[in-house]
Amino acid sequence: MLKSLQIEPEKCTGCLQCELACSYQAEGVFNPAISRIKVFTFHEEGRFVPYTCTQCEEAWCMHACPVEAIVLNPETGAKEVKADVCVGCKVCTIACPFGTVNYQQSTGVVYKCDLCGGDPECAKACPTEAITWVDADHTGLERMRAHAAGSGTGGAG
Amino acid sequence: MSWTRNVMRVNLTEGTIGNEPLNMEWAMEYLGQRGLATRYLMEEIDPKCDALGPENKLIMVTGPLTGTMASTGGRYSVVTKSPLTGTVACSNSGGFLGAEIKSAGWDMIIFEGKSPRPVYLYVEDEQAELVPAEPLWGKSVWETDEWLHKHHQDPLLRIAAVGRAAEQGNLYAAIVNDLHRAAGRSGVGTVMASKHLKAVAVRGTRGVGNLRDPQAFMKAVSAGKKVLAENEVTGAGLPQYGTQVLMNVINESGAMPTRNMREVQFEGAAEISGEAMHEPRKTDGKANLVTNAACYGCTIACGRISRMDQRHFSIKTSPKYWGASGGLEYEAAWALGSDTGIKDMEALTYANFLCNEDGIDPISFGSTVAAAMELYEEGVLTDKDTDGIKLKFGSAEALCKVAELTARGEGFGRILGMGSKRMCEKYGRPELSMTVKGQEFPAYDPRGIQGMGLGYATSNRGACHLRGYSVSSEILGAPEKTDPLSTEGKPALMKSVQDAAAVVDSTGLCAFTTFAWTLDDIAPQVDAACEGGWTSEKLLEVGERVWNLERQFNLAAGFTAKDDTLPPRMLKEAAPTGPAKGRVSDLHKMLPEYYKLRGWSEDGVPTAETRNRLGL
Repeated sequence: MLKSLQIEPEKCTGCLQCELACSYQAEGVFNPAISRIKVFTFHEEGRFVPYTCTQCEEAWCMHACPVEAIVLNPETGAKEVKADVCVGCKVCTIACPFGTVNYQQSTGVVYKCDLCGGDPECAKACPTEAITWVDADHTGLERMRAHAAGSGTGGAG
Repeated sequence: MSWTRNVMRVNLTEGTIGNEPLNMEWAMEYLGQRGLATRYLMEEIDPKCDALGPENKLIMVTGPLTGTMASTGGRYSVVTKSPLTGTVACSNSGGFLGAEIKSAGWDMIIFEGKSPRPVYLYVEDEQAELVPAEPLWGKSVWETDEWLHKHHQDPLLRIAAVGRAAEQGNLYAAIVNDLHRAAGRSGVGTVMASKHLKAVAVRGTRGVGNLRDPQAFMKAVSAGKKVLAENEVTGAGLPQYGTQVLMNVINESGAMPTRNMREVQFEGAAEISGEAMHEPRKTDGKANLVTNAACYGCTIACGRISRMDQRHFSIKTSPKYWGASGGLEYEAAWALGSDTGIKDMEALTYANFLCNEDGIDPISFGSTVAAAMELYEEGVLTDKDTDGIKLKFGSAEALCKVAELTARGEGFGRILGMGSKRMCEKYGRPELSMTVKGQEFPAYDPRGIQGMGLGYATSNRGACHLRGYSVSSEILGAPEKTDPLSTEGKPALMKSVQDAAAVVDSTGLCAFTTFAWTLDDIAPQVDAACEGGWTSEKLLEVGERVWNLERQFNLAAGFTAKDDTLPPRMLKEAAPTGPAKGRVSDLHKMLPEYYKLRGWSEDGVPTAETRNRLGL
């Protein structure tokens, strides 16, 4: 069974625990600047939105890569960057409609979320369950349940 | 080891920037942040110096856990000599700037001298430069923040700045970072402006690593997060209601300072409480609170983000206040509301926005307004003095007007900007100033919470709740309940919470963790991050060392035991209502025992034995 990261921005407090866990897992340092997941703050609206790669089935980044440096991990569904193959051409960063593949000056290659090999640290670090690791076929289930709970009682879910 | 071991020294007079290694011997004795920077300050300035002269220094300092994944590990402090009190000042702030300084590779930045012209410091990792700031002088913190982000074309820049109040010499001006977090108390912003330093803008991309034992650290961090999540205060009360969870609790305890502390209970408390912030407003059906928000790495998330009713009289023609921004914390709600007798939550939110926008401490501001209201009611202040403002207790219109004037440093706002002590002295009524060592009281009446009276009298930065929070024990029952109306055992309690607070402030963690954490939860995190063998006992000793060092600074600055006292109102006028009815602060019953427990002489001076024991 494949699992997916489910993000519910309304639960996010902007604490960046996900970014710290991500950068530590990936690079052994607490560093939001190189986190694969980013929390965006919309100050005037009072909103925080975590954002990362959704691991598209037809992944534009993977298709665009001229050297096949982005490959599918069939066990996790993640599209992973092979750093030793990547030539730093950045075509994937142009192809990705969501901006979740990025170039890193210090290494000369691109980096993106690899789902930590199937046990994402961001979801484990999140204190409010704004990021959870759920059955890939049911990413909408909890939202449906919340709306269902509100229906008929006048609540908005 | 988690210190970067790099200190940036900025000489504003010469316009030079140097890099020097952190004094690791001191780091082993004082850990970081509050303690370590106080050690530097003690070494480098004369405690008798003019706080607003070039001889004073201002230190922005992180702790060893700042920038790590430890919950709440994003704090930094500003350490300097206070122009409000003349004591040592250490103001602690959250947000994201502290971690950014660390991620740029710096444990601390020491500012010395005075720039001949307005400048700001721009830091990009190891690169730093002083940039002319003439276009920013005269601008608010919010305008400065926006200008710097645009100018550097970097939305990820983290910024701390001072506003117009600081430029105009307001003595309780704050340094505001990330728009609405503040190194708020004791006028540290005034010192920054006196040096012609308008802002500090930082971009750090190096990250924080270099832990002594990474595996042990991650394990200790997870254990700590779990304790916070399962605690009633840090896991439920604070995220839901913020510090405003205390408004109704303290009011019921009869310890809610009201109308310049003439009373101890406020009839409007429920209307300005944390619960009320969740309620739909009668005017537009929307709640004041939009969401809670966290500082860097914090799994508590007590911060309030509020949006005002656009039709409120204060902002209906000012769209810039229509968006969401930093909302009322308990201290601001109390000082701007209960102490002034105002129960219009929208007006309090507006005044709080202005405090953030131009960088003033809402505690000292609200308390000074309360004193001015009493002076006005007594006929000492008249319309002629107040620019025609009818400064009556309970007047939301008056509060909004004087908040605008004080934030901008205009008209009567300049009188209020002197702080309550100097203002009351100027008008011949010093007894109406609710201050200790010149700093205004926070939101706990010492007649209803006896331990806090001792805490205010002995706090090293004047009246303050964060130097020693016995409220945890006396009201909330953590770690164990003591009777708030009794003085028994309070000297020992106060000493222990003061020492604990001093060391928590030296780590990079937030004081609010101590609602749930003891030093036994903190020590494993510090020890896994840092070399030095950090046990709870050793941390507590650091706290005691920091406390005594601060005391020595103040003694050298000219303070004596005579200054360890409370305003006559607290000592002579009994609480009129509530559980503490008929009580005054019994400070005299606690102070001698406190001195003895501290290892101080009867004159409040650390004995040679105490100094030797602590290596001072």
